[in-house]
Amino acid sequence: MEEVLFFVSAIGALGGAIGVVAMRNPFYSVLALIVHLFSLAALFLLLASAFVAAAQVVVYAGAVMVLYVFVVAYVGGGGESAWEPIPGQRLLAPALAIALFVELSIAILSSALLALGTEGPEVGPGFGNPEAIGKLLLEKFLIPFEASSILLLLAAIGAIVLAGRKREETA
Amino acid sequence: MNIEWYIVLSSLLFATGAIGILIRRSPMVILLCLELMLNAGNLALVAFSRMVGNQQGQVFAIVVMVVAACEVVIGLGLIVAIFRRKLPLNVDDLRELRG
Repeated sequence: MEEVLFFVSAIGALGGAIGVVAMRNPFYSVLALIVHLFSLAALFLLLASAFVAAAQVVVYAGAVMVLYVFVVAYVGGGGESAWEPIPGQRLLAPALAIALFVELSIAILSSALLALGTEGPEVGPGFGNPEAIGKLLLEKFLIPFEASSILLLLAAIGAIVLAGRKREETA
Repeated sequence: MNIEWYIVLSSLLFATGAIGILIRRSPMVILLCLELMLNAGNLALVAFSRMVGNQQGQVFAIVVMVVAACEVVIGLGLIVAIFRRKLPLNVDDLRELRG
């Protein structure tokens, strides 16, 4: 059962990723990314991390993707030119990416991490639930938690400064 | 399922995102491919956290999500600003900063 779920979500995640890269229209790319994010949430559930999966669906597939859809609708699709600054870039890039994949796989699978070949230790039902993660965030990782909230605030201010309409045009 | 499978899937997704960044021209699609790469990293973090049997890796994944959200907000703000100034939305045409 777990194998079936893994392969279904893995195919969903990979198909979504290829869709993002291959679609001509950015709007379809965004929709493919939503498929990818939902499949990743399923994979997170298989890895016994319920809170991360829920955050993935709510924050990513919900909020961030809505932002993308709005900006794509505002800016519009627009075709990409076929001009290549480096000759043969469209053929060279996949070759480089395959080399990257092979390299990463070799680096990880030949490492000394013996537990990679196992399913991980037995964990109780409380592993990765909101209570456990919240406890970690507010006790052990309080400072990173606060720092990330300041980062979010700064990003919001930055977005307003960048994209907000100016009252009087100075530029 | 062994943890290896998740890690290999994560590196496959990372490589797919890298292809997208290398061959696409639209800054919006490049941001989307950046999301793919960040999410591949997240999958690896959560898989390693399961492998060790420790939840701290999941906290790391959540912080990565926050940083990704900030990056999206700033990136999309830049795209809207570029669009307002009627500049081309193409990373090869926006090359004034190139030395």
